[in-house]
Formats: sequence, C-alpha cells, structure tokens
Amino acid sequence: MTKRQKRGVPEGLWERCPGCQTSIYRKEAERRLNVCPHCEYHFYVPAADRIRQLLDEGTFEECDAHLRPTDPLGFKDRKAYIDKLHDEQERTGLLDAAMTGTGMIRARRVAFGMTDSAFFMGSMGSVVGERLTRLIERATQQKLPLIIVSGSGGGARMHEGILSLMQMAKVSAALARFDSAGGLFISVLTNPTMGGVAASFASLGDVVFAEPKALIGFAGPRTIKATIKIELPKGFQTSEFLLEHGFIDRIVHREKLKSEIARTIDYCGK
Amino acid sequence: MEAPAPGPGFEFEQPIFDLQSKLRSLEQLEDKTEAVKQEIRHLKREVARVIQEIYDNLSPWQTVQVARHKNRPHTVDYLSLVFDEFVELHGDKLFGDDRAILCGFAKLGQYKTMVIGHEKGRTYKERTACYFGCAHPEGYRKAMAKMRMAEKFQVPVICLIDTPGAYPGIGAEERGQAQVIAENMYEMSRLKTPIICVVIGEGGSGGALGIGVGDRVAMLQYSYYSVISPEGCAGILWKSHAYAEQAATALRFTSKDLSRFGVVDHVIQEPLGGAHRDHHQTAQRVKMYLMKSLRELLAVPADKLIDQRYDRFRRLGQFLEGDQPGAGSETDRASA
Repeated sequence: MTKRQKRGVPEGLWERCPGCQTSIYRKEAERRLNVCPHCEYHFYVPAADRIRQLLDEGTFEECDAHLRPTDPLGFKDRKAYIDKLHDEQERTGLLDAAMTGTGMIRARRVAFGMTDSAFFMGSMGSVVGERLTRLIERATQQKLPLIIVSGSGGGARMHEGILSLMQMAKVSAALARFDSAGGLFISVLTNPTMGGVAASFASLGDVVFAEPKALIGFAGPRTIKATIKIELPKGFQTSEFLLEHGFIDRIVHREKLKSEIARTIDYCGK
Repeated sequence: MEAPAPGPGFEFEQPIFDLQSKLRSLEQLEDKTEAVKQEIRHLKREVARVIQEIYDNLSPWQTVQVARHKNRPHTVDYLSLVFDEFVELHGDKLFGDDRAILCGFAKLGQYKTMVIGHEKGRTYKERTACYFGCAHPEGYRKAMAKMRMAEKFQVPVICLIDTPGAYPGIGAEERGQAQVIAENMYEMSRLKTPIICVVIGEGGSGGALGIGVGDRVAMLQYSYYSVISPEGCAGILWKSHAYAEQAATALRFTSKDLSRFGVVDHVIQEPLGGAHRDHHQTAQRVKMYLMKSLRELLAVPADKLIDQRYDRFRRLGQFLEGDQPGAGSETDRASA
C-alpha cells in the first residue's frame, strides 16, 4: 500500500488510497481513523486500533486470549497449515483472527468482539468460533449489549475443514440463546465480510451497521462470475448495495461509529 | 457447480465391468455345461468380492464421485420409498417457489413429519429448474417457514441434505443468501420440535448447513460434507481445479472423518457398491434410522431437546487451551 513518492519523500509517510488511487499523507489518514480524506474510502484497521477507536480508553479487558489454534486435519496444501499459522501469528502478533473481551463505550459496559481481516483473511476456525461463543455466553450471563465488528474475506477457514463450518452453527446457536434472553446484538460489517462469516453471526444483529463501501456478501465475486459468466453490476455486494436491498440498517461512517453504537444501546436499554 | 456426468460407471470400477461382461457372455451361452455353470457361480461371487474390495477402499475423491453419481437416490426417491405419503407445500410466500428445496408433510410409519430436502433433479429439464440442487434464498426461507409451521403443530422435521452449495449468483446475493443461511441456523437451533438431518449425497458448505442444524445429524456412508467443494478449495489453495483430488484428501470430509470429529452422530451403511446400485435397500436403512431416532427424540420434552441440541453443536471445534504459550500437548486441553 505504501508508495515511494518522487522528490525523496520517505517511504511510509504517504500511502495510496485503494479507493481513489490518490496518494494521501499517512498522518492525515490516521487522524481520520484510516479513512481517505479525498474519497472517504475506509481502510483496514488492525484489532488494537479498532479497540482504541471504539472503546473508552483503557477499558478493554481481553477474554480467552489463551485459546490457540491447532491443526485438527493435519491440513497441507502447498504448505502445511501449522506452518502458515506460525507465519501469520508472527506477522500479525495475534494468535488467531478474533479478539474478544469487555469494555466501555461512552461509559456503557459492553461485550465486544471483532475479527481482524489480516489474520488468515479474518476467517473463522475453531478458535474464532469458540472465542465468539464464549463472548456471547458471557454477554448472556452478564446481560451486556454485544458488539461484534466483522472483517473477513475468508469466511469459514478451509484449513480446519468441517469444524470451521460447524462454528457457523455454534455461534449462531449462541446468538439465538442471547436473543431469547433479550440481549441486544449490534453487528458492524467492515470491508470485507464474506462467506461463512457473512452467513452466520455478521448477519444476525438486531441492528446491522456497515462501514461505507465495504465488500459484503455470501459467494465471492469471482465464484459468481465463474458460475454465471456475465459481468457483475457496478457496486455489486457493497454496503450501499446491501442497504438498497434491505439487509442492513444503517451505513455508518467510521468517525460516527462509536456514537451511533452508544445511541442504539440507549434506545434498546431497558 | 457444473454437474459431472459420469457415464454408466467410474474408471475405478472398471474391474467390476470387466467381470460383469464376462459373466454376461457366459450366461448367454445356450447349452451350458456343468463347467460353465460352475464358472458363472464363481464369477458372481467374484463380482461381489471385487465391488466390496473397491468400495472398502474408496479414496476421498472417489467418494465425491459416488456421492454425485447420477443414479444416486435423491430426495424425491426417498419421498416415494421411505414415506407413505408426501403432501408438497410450495413457496416462501415472499418471492417464489425454489425447486432446489422440496418441503411438505409426509407420513413415516405411524409418524407425521415435515420433510425438507434438497433436490438435484434427474432429467436435464429438472436439473436446470432446480439449478442442480443449489438453492436460492427463497428456498431457505421456504424451508424455515415450513419448519415454523411444524413447530406450531408439533410435527417433527426431517432434513435431507444433498447440494453442491447454495447458489452463487446476482439474484441470490440481492435476496440475501448470507442472511437466510444465518437465520436458518439461528432458528433451527431453538425450534421446539425434533429435527433429524441426513446427508444423503453432497453436503455442500453453507448450503447444506442452512437446513443442517438438528438433534441428530447422520450421513450415508459414501456421502461427503465439507466446508468447501474440493474443486473450490483446489482453485483457491492450489490455484488450479486440477488439484481437486488432493484437496479432497486434505479436507477430511468422508463419513469416517466426520464421525471421528463428532460432526455426525451416525453413519448409515450403504448397500454393496453404493446407494445408486440399490435404492430400495438404501431407503430401507434410512427409514430404520429415522424411525429409531424419532422414537427417541419424541420422548424428550421440548425444553430439554433444545438444550441438548445446543450442547451438541456447542462442543464442536478443536483448539488448545494451555495457559503457557508453547505448553506441551499434555497440559493442553484439546476440546473435541
């Protein structure tokens, strides 16, 4: 993403916006929560930054951080899954793609979870499924509003096979119990939210928010194109497309996300 | 997506066909000597032995081919062979009537049931009408609407799973494919009536799971149930569909694997040489399984039933839980 500028601007000071292709001053983008000042494209936000953006300072307490992925299938494509896991862990500093815990949003206590799309494309394997399920169960017991921010291009993680698929059912079942107990679930969709993540917890919010211009859908655009063999319409599977077709409640700019979540909690509070 | 069209049989079955053609030519002889008759008896035994041997040693990729065999019994076949009556209930009352999922009342022995099943179709016309068993959102919505009705009238639900996957298309995305699959799992997990799911052919990812949350999940011996098709997995991880065979092995999706992972509770054995060789016997075995499971589940109070269903899915997954990073496997608690 970083691009060396002419006239000796040091690398890393500037980055190219994937939305409008203009070079933008990194500090400016960071000040705007990683949103392009020209086209409002919402860049990727790592887990730690997302927590800083959404939760009151110093209030996040991570849960179940000790859960670690394993390799139930002994999966190997051109490289062994176990080796890929180690690489991803080293590269991102995360043990797996989900981070969960409790914290405050403008002094409202919440159960908070997110998937980081940098780790294995944010895909859901057993650890992601288990962390989210425990988070939901904790929210049910402690009667906390539940916020989950999804970012996953990968959906259910192939490398853990059928067990990844079963996480979709497990997390959805936990959400159904939370719902039956009267809990409020706010699902926030970010770029990208696809496949088994879109087809489970991400779609099950009482209120579903999406950041602008995020890619959201079930089947990947390439799969669809290969199946139906025609060009996909412009703006297909974007947040705006989903809003138009009635599947999300609001498109929320990243700068407003925290206050919108707080406001929704207040409307749904008893 | 595109349905493979295996001819009368598979390459790996060639030894069977060779023996069978030898057998046929002997049987056509007019004056059979005692030696010929003896040879015929011997060949018949040989055919059975060879079929058994081949099917005992099917590779995962061969299993996929058997699961997709064009003569494999489909939902419509089970509807006529297992159930005494089928009263189809069409439509999701919202958009349309998806032919890739059939729903309706059916009688199973003394039990009234609601059957929900993927249908792939057999003739070209049928196959295109139901998109080769790939359901659209209206199919999953129809299934949920009928399941809700079943709950209201305390009728148990039977789901027959046989799909390459939920349909990937523009309309499907516009009408909320992700949303309906999520919603179905969510509602099925707390539906207050027994649900029995049987994977009868292909258990294709979210498309299968969309009618796959139940008190019991069983699968036929040579069916498969996977997070992604072997072709799809090969395309992504090996960058070529040509590696589907390797992907099929890596994904561990046969009935034996799934039993080991606790994903299925029971494997229904198929007749000699696979379900496509004997629909009647396959149906008989499916019927026995359904009757037995229904008897057990109908004895459980509804509240307890959904608690047990929750626990059944709750324990799925494998991970390490040691406190020390890098702790030895003995101190780790691998949840199975």
